Amino acid sequence: MMAALIFVISLTTLLMFFVSYCRSLMASSSCHKLSKEVRDVTGIAASASGGDFARVMQLLQLCPERPEDRPGLKAVGIYYRLLSMLEKTVARIVPSLHIWMEQERAGCANFAVVLLDRRIAFSREILAQQGEF
Amino acid sequence: MPGSVATFIWYLGTALELGFVVCSIWRKAFLRYFFLNLYFLLAVGSSFSRHFILAWYGLTSDQYRYAYFYTDALLTLALYMALVSLYSHVFGELHFSKYVRLSAVLLLLGTAGFSYAVVAQSSDRLSTNFAYQLSQNLYFVGLVLTYLLWGAVLKLRETRTRVVQFVLSLGLYFSAYAAGYALLNLASRYSFVLFIGPVLGCFLPLSWTITMWRHNDDSRLMPAHLVAVPR
Repeated sequence: MMAALIFVISLTTLLMFFVSYCRSLMASSSCHKLSKEVRDVTGIAASASGGDFARVMQLLQLCPERPEDRPGLKAVGIYYRLLSMLEKTVARIVPSLHIWMEQERAGCANFAVVLLDRRIAFSREILAQQGEF
Repeated sequence: MPGSVATFIWYLGTALELGFVVCSIWRKAFLRYFFLNLYFLLAVGSSFSRHFILAWYGLTSDQYRYAYFYTDALLTLALYMALVSLYSHVFGELHFSKYVRLSAVLLLLGTAGFSYAVVAQSSDRLSTNFAYQLSQNLYFVGLVLTYLLWGAVLKLRETRTRVVQFVLSLGLYFSAYAAGYALLNLASRYSFVLFIGPVLGCFLPLSWTITMWRHNDDSRLMPAHLVAVPR
């Protein structure tokens, strides 16, 4: 009984810290100004919507990977899937949650767009270095 | 000797711990986050000493048992000090550091006293039981303190990305560790639960290394973006 109680409490705090961790990852990239290239490639003028996430993820897979991005992208990807699942279930029962969840999903998509921008810049650097040889 | 999966996780965790120290030296932040580095240096030292004692005396020996529980208690103490140092970072600008240190010492003494009171009844293996009990109680105190620190970070509108992500990673680690420990009691017949603790041991150095590598001390984030419900 005690172990079950500790399990439930620790899972609740785990979820809370996980949401805050993902938000801090997204917040740390919120000041990034998108380049013209990434805006052209994605068709996103200013900020992404929640529905753009899957498309941006596909574009990310086409670019050379930066190892330091991988854990953050994985965490935000899990957060996005969690939100999408909740939107299909809980948000139907509590409609007021729908706007908040859409904002969060848009935040996830914006994070992915910023990573895409960084990967494009990284690819350019690699190409420029190869051109020097 | 432990199985190949457990050994692999052990070596990976040690490599990641060493990675954090190297990264913080590289980023010229070793002294600024001295207690985080001290924790990982002690963790690496513990891994080496456990490895040699294990190879010399075997997994079921008393020597290995003593070495395991004492180094575990030492590491928990070091992690507690690392947490207190994060408190000092958050409250440093308010000149509360002296009170933070004093409260931390009192809380540590209280936890040690409580742990001793719990194990004092049994004279058998008193010192090992005390080390184990102290370690478990300090983990619980650590979880509560991290939760309070996160509340302070939000209340004081902390903007330093490194400090915020260090605190959040520590909160994730403590919560997941507590959940894993509870699961071990609930479902001990499943072998995968035995790997939860060691795998989580890899998470903390990995996430702290990424934070150290990606952000410098000037990196800032908007505190308003951290709260899940807009104020």
